Amino acid sequence: MTGAVLSALASHWRRNRLQLLTLVLGLALATALWSGVQAINAEARASYDAAAATLAEGQFDQLVPREGDSMAQEVFVTLRRAGWLVSPVVEGRLRVGGTAVRLVGVDPLTAPAGSTASAALARTDLAGFLRAPTLVAGPETAALLAANLPNPVLRDQTVAPGTVLADIGVAQELLGRAGRISRLIVLTDQPLRQRPLAEIAPDLMLRHADGASDVGRLTDSFHLNLTAFGFLSFAVGIFIVHGAIGLAFEQRRGMVRTLRALGVPLRRLIVLMVLELVVLATLAGALGIVLGYLIATLLMPDVAATIQGLYGADVAGTLHIRPAWWLSGMAMSLGGALFASASAMWRLARMPVLASAGGRAWALASGRTRKLQAAATVVLLVAAGVLAIVGGGLIAGFALLSCLLLGAALALPSCLAAILRFGEGRAVRVMVQWFWADTRQQLPSLGLALMALLLAMAANVGVSTMVSSFRLTFTGFLDQRLSAELYVNANGVADPAALMRFLETRADAVLPTMSVDATLAGLPAEIFGARIGYTYRENWRFLDAVPAVWDEVEEGKAVVINEQLSRRADLRVGAMLALGPGLSLPVAGVVGDYGNPIGQAIIGEALFRQAFPDIKPVRYGVRTSDPGGLREALLEELGLPPSSIVDQSALKAFSLSVFERTFSVTGALNVLTLAVAAFAILMSLLTLAAMRLPQMAPVWAMGTTQRRLAGLEILRTVLLAGITTLMALPLGLALAWVLLAIVNVEAFGWRLPMYLFPAEYIRLMLFALAAALLAGLWPAWRLARMEPAALLRIFANER
Amino acid sequence: MNARAWNCAAALTVLLFGFGNAFAQGFAGLGTDAEGFSVPEAGKQFQFPRDHGPHPDYRIEWWYLTANLTGPDGADYGLQWTLFRSALAPAEAEGWESPQLWFGHAAVTSALTHRATERFARGGTGQAGVTAEPFAAWIDDWQMVGDSLDRLRLTATGTDFAYDIEMQAQGPLVLHGNHGYSVKSAKGQASYYYSQPFFAVEGTLTLPEGEVPVRGTAWLDREWSSQPLAQDQAGWDWFSLSFDAGEKLMGFSLRDTAGGSFTSATWIEADGSATPYGDGNLVATPLETSRVDGRDVPTRWRLTLPDRALDITVGALNTQAWMNLSIPYWEGPVRVIGTHPGKGYLEMTGYEPR
Repeated sequence: MTGAVLSALASHWRRNRLQLLTLVLGLALATALWSGVQAINAEARASYDAAAATLAEGQFDQLVPREGDSMAQEVFVTLRRAGWLVSPVVEGRLRVGGTAVRLVGVDPLTAPAGSTASAALARTDLAGFLRAPTLVAGPETAALLAANLPNPVLRDQTVAPGTVLADIGVAQELLGRAGRISRLIVLTDQPLRQRPLAEIAPDLMLRHADGASDVGRLTDSFHLNLTAFGFLSFAVGIFIVHGAIGLAFEQRRGMVRTLRALGVPLRRLIVLMVLELVVLATLAGALGIVLGYLIATLLMPDVAATIQGLYGADVAGTLHIRPAWWLSGMAMSLGGALFASASAMWRLARMPVLASAGGRAWALASGRTRKLQAAATVVLLVAAGVLAIVGGGLIAGFALLSCLLLGAALALPSCLAAILRFGEGRAVRVMVQWFWADTRQQLPSLGLALMALLLAMAANVGVSTMVSSFRLTFTGFLDQRLSAELYVNANGVADPAALMRFLETRADAVLPTMSVDATLAGLPAEIFGARIGYTYRENWRFLDAVPAVWDEVEEGKAVVINEQLSRRADLRVGAMLALGPGLSLPVAGVVGDYGNPIGQAIIGEALFRQAFPDIKPVRYGVRTSDPGGLREALLEELGLPPSSIVDQSALKAFSLSVFERTFSVTGALNVLTLAVAAFAILMSLLTLAAMRLPQMAPVWAMGTTQRRLAGLEILRTVLLAGITTLMALPLGLALAWVLLAIVNVEAFGWRLPMYLFPAEYIRLMLFALAAALLAGLWPAWRLARMEPAALLRIFANER
Repeated sequence: MNARAWNCAAALTVLLFGFGNAFAQGFAGLGTDAEGFSVPEAGKQFQFPRDHGPHPDYRIEWWYLTANLTGPDGADYGLQWTLFRSALAPAEAEGWESPQLWFGHAAVTSALTHRATERFARGGTGQAGVTAEPFAAWIDDWQMVGDSLDRLRLTATGTDFAYDIEMQAQGPLVLHGNHGYSVKSAKGQASYYYSQPFFAVEGTLTLPEGEVPVRGTAWLDREWSSQPLAQDQAGWDWFSLSFDAGEKLMGFSLRDTAGGSFTSATWIEADGSATPYGDGNLVATPLETSRVDGRDVPTRWRLTLPDRALDITVGALNTQAWMNLSIPYWEGPVRVIGTHPGKGYLEMTGYEPR
C-alpha cells in the first residue's frame, strides 16, 4: 500500500513539474543565501579566533603601557627579576610586497603554552628558529613573505591569515623597534612572592583577560548585519516555499480524499507526505548549500576587504567547508520546509474524509486570517515604535528592523485590498470593474509573493539610502581631510630635514602628520599632532565645537576628538580628556571621522612634539598651487622614489575604491534578495495561471479576446507590483533611518546624516517593475497562446 | 658528573625537539660531535673565582645545589636549586641575539610532599646569568648570590612554595676525577666537575602550611662540558652522601642500553681531601622500586665501595620525589644506614613509563 501511495503522491509532481521546480528552487535559493552568509561569517570568525589564539589573548592578562604603544625591554627583565612571570611581545604591521601583515614577535622560552604561537613553535626546530631569522605564517602569507623577504619562512596552517610569527629579536629588527616591546603577557600561575606592580613598573597597567578578542567584538556588528541579511533572504525564500507547498496541498486534496476513501489510514498518509517533504527539502538543501558555497566564494574577497578596511582585521580570502554552516543550511532547509507546510498539513489532518475536493485557495483570505494578520501587524508596529524610542544597542536595533519589516509585510494585503476596493468603487465600465475585483480576488494567493517583493524592495531602498548617504558624507569627509595637493611619505625619505627645507621654500604650506597609538579613556585610540594652519581652519567641519577651536588647539590648550571617541567615552565639548600622565585637556571640538573605527584625538604640533619627542612625522601634506611641478621637483631634485609621493586625486580615488569594495557585499546581497522576490512573483503567477482558468474562461466566453485577457494579466501584475513598490518606499526610508541613526551608531560609532536619492529610488522601482513584468510575461504569453479548447474544457469540468 | 649532563641534555632536548619524545630522540646533538664547542681536556688548572662563572664556549653547564635540612620538630626536608646553561652556539652576544639559553629547577621535598617548578630564559637580556665576582647566579627572581662562593644566599619561589637560605662553606672545594677532569664513559667522554660539599645552612622554607625555620647542610656541584655522554648510555643514578662521621661520597652509575653500567666515585675526607675511584669500584644495586608517575623507580639501594669497607643502604625520604617538569626525573633526599650512616641526595633519570 505504501508503494501505491508514494506513487500516487509522486504523480502529482510528475504532472506539475513547474510546482516541483518552484518548491525545490525556492527552498534552495533560501538555503543558499542563508548558508552563504553563514559560511562567510564562519570563515571570518575562524580568522578572528585564529588571530586571537596567536597569543591566546583571551586567556591571559596583559601588562600594557599607560601611554604610548611600547615600553623598554628592560621593563620585562625588571618584572621577571621581581618575580612576575611575564612574557614579552612586540607587535606591529610590516609592509610586505604592497600589503601589510601583522608581525608578532614572541620569546619562545617564556611564552605561555596554549596559544597558537607556542604550539606552532613547538613544531619547529627551536634552535633553528632562534638562530636564523625565521618567520612562521599560514600558507597564503608564507608565500607572500617568501617572495619578498630574505628570511627563512615556515608554513603553519594554524597561524591566522595575515599574521606572521617570529622570534622577538627578529621582529624588533624588522619593525625597527630594537629594545622595545609592545606588551607583556601575564602567565596564569604566578609564584608565591612578587613585588607589587606599582613599585616596580608604575608606567604599566594590567589589562584583564576577557575571554573574547577585541576584533571579534568589534566585528560582531558587521556579522549581525550579514546574518540579518541572510535571514531576510531566507524569509523571502520561505514565502515562496510556503506558497508552493500550500498550492500543492490544495491541489492534492482530491487525491488525498480518494486515497483515504480507498482505505489509506490518515496517519500513514501524513507520515508519507512528511517523508516526501523531507526528501525534497534535503535535495533542495543540498542544492542550496552548493549555491551558498558559490555565493560565499564570490563574496569572500570583498568581505575580507571590507573587514580589513573597517576594522583592520585580517580575514582569509578563501573559504573552507565548515560543518557549522552547511549543517545550519541543511537545518534551515528542513525546518523551513516543515514550517512552511505546517498549516497545510494541519488542515489536511483535520479534513473530513468526504469533504469537497474543491479548492480552498480562494477562501484563504477568510475573515479570521485577516483579523489575525491585522492584530499581528498592530502588535509588531507598536513594538517597533517602542523599540525606536526606548531601545538601545545593536540587538534592539535589529529587533526594531524585524518588527518594522514584518509588521509592514503583514499589513500589505489589507492595504492592497483597500486600494483595490477604492479603485473598484471608482470604476464605471464593467470590464474595468471586473479587472479590479479579479485583481483583489487574486490577492490572497499573490500576497506572499508581494510581501517578498515589499521586503526586498524596502531593503533595497533602505540599504541604498544608507550606502549613498554614507558615500556622500564620506566624499565630503575626504574633501575636508585630503585638502593638501600632495602627500609625501616620510618612510622613503633618506634625509627628512632636507625635505623639510626644500618644501618650506617651494610649497605654500607643509603639514606634517604625526601619530602615536594610545589608550584614551580606556579605549584603543590614536593621538595626532597637527600643524594648525589655514588648511585646518578652512576645511574642517565640526559636529560640535567651541568658537575659535583651532586657536585653542594650536596653543596646546585643547584637544579635538573624533565622533567615535566622543560617543564611546561619552565625551562632549568641554569635557576633560586625559592624554597621558599629567596631560589633560578639554575637548574643544568633535569631528566626524569615517575613515577608521578607533578613536582619535588631535593636539597641536608643539604640544605633540613636547609630549612625544621620539615620534617622527610619517607623512607630510603639501599645499601648493602647482602640484605637478612640485612633484617633478621632488622626484628630480631630491631624488625621492615615485612611490613616496601621492597626489590628492589618487588618494581620494583609492579611498573611494576601498569604500566601494566595502559596500559591494551589501549591494550584491541586495540584488540577490530582489531576484529571489521576482522569482517568487513568477512562481506564484505560474501556479495561479492554471487555477485561474475557471475565472478567465467565462470572461473569454463573453467575448474578450485571449490577447486582451493576457494584456490585462500583465497590467494586473504590474499594477500590484507598482503599488507594492510604492508602499515599500516609505518602509525603506524608515529602514534607512534605523540603519543610519541606530545600527550605524552602535556598529561603527558614527551617526550619518540621511540624504534622499529620488533618482535611485525610481531606478529601483523600475527595476522591481521590470522584474514583475518579466515574471508576468510568461504566464500571460501562455494564456494568449492557449488553445481555445482548453478554455472551453473549463465549462465541462466539475467546477 | 654525568647525571647533571643528562639532565641538562634532557632539558635542552625538550627545547630543541619539543615535548614528549625527548628520550626517543636519543638526545641527538649531545652524543654527536661538538660542532665548534670546546671539549674538556685532562690537565686543565681551574682558576677561581673565574671558573665559578659561565663558560660559553662549552655547550652545557650547571650550578647544582642540593640541601638536607631539618625543621624545629626534627622533620627532614630536602631542597634543590639548579641553574642550567645550554648554548646553541659557542658564543655570547647582547640581547636576543645571544645563543645562550638558561633554565632553572627548584624543589622542596618533605617525607610526605614534593614540590617542584622550573624557569626558562634567554641569555643576553639580563633575565638569567652568572657572574663570578662577586658571585651571582640567577634566573628571574631566583638567585644564588654572595661576595664569594663561600658565603651565599639562595632564594627561589614557586606557586606553592618558596625558600630563602644562607649558606656558609665549612671546607674547601673538591675536584672530581683527575683534578676536575671527570670521565663519563669507557669511550672517554668527559666533563669538568668540581663541588663545594661543605655548606652549613640556615634559613626558612615557605610552604602552604606555613613558614618552617630549617638548618642543615648543602652540596653545590659545578660542571661543564660539550659532549659528555656516549650514545649507548640510557640513564643514570647519582648519589651525593654526607656521613655522620664527616666523610662524604659522590658516586654515579651510568646505565647503558645493554644492561651494563659505568660507575665513578669520589671519596671525600672530612678535611676535603679527595680520592677518585674509576669504573667498577663503586657498586650500586637496586633493592626496592616504587611506582612513580607510571614508572618503576629504584628508591632503595645497596652501595658498596670495598676499598673503603663501605656497605650501606640508601633509602628515599619520599619515594615520590618526582620532578614533573618539562623533562621529568627523580630527585630527592635520602637516608643512609649501614657501615656509614648519614644523609644525602639521589638523582635518577632514564626510567621509562611501563
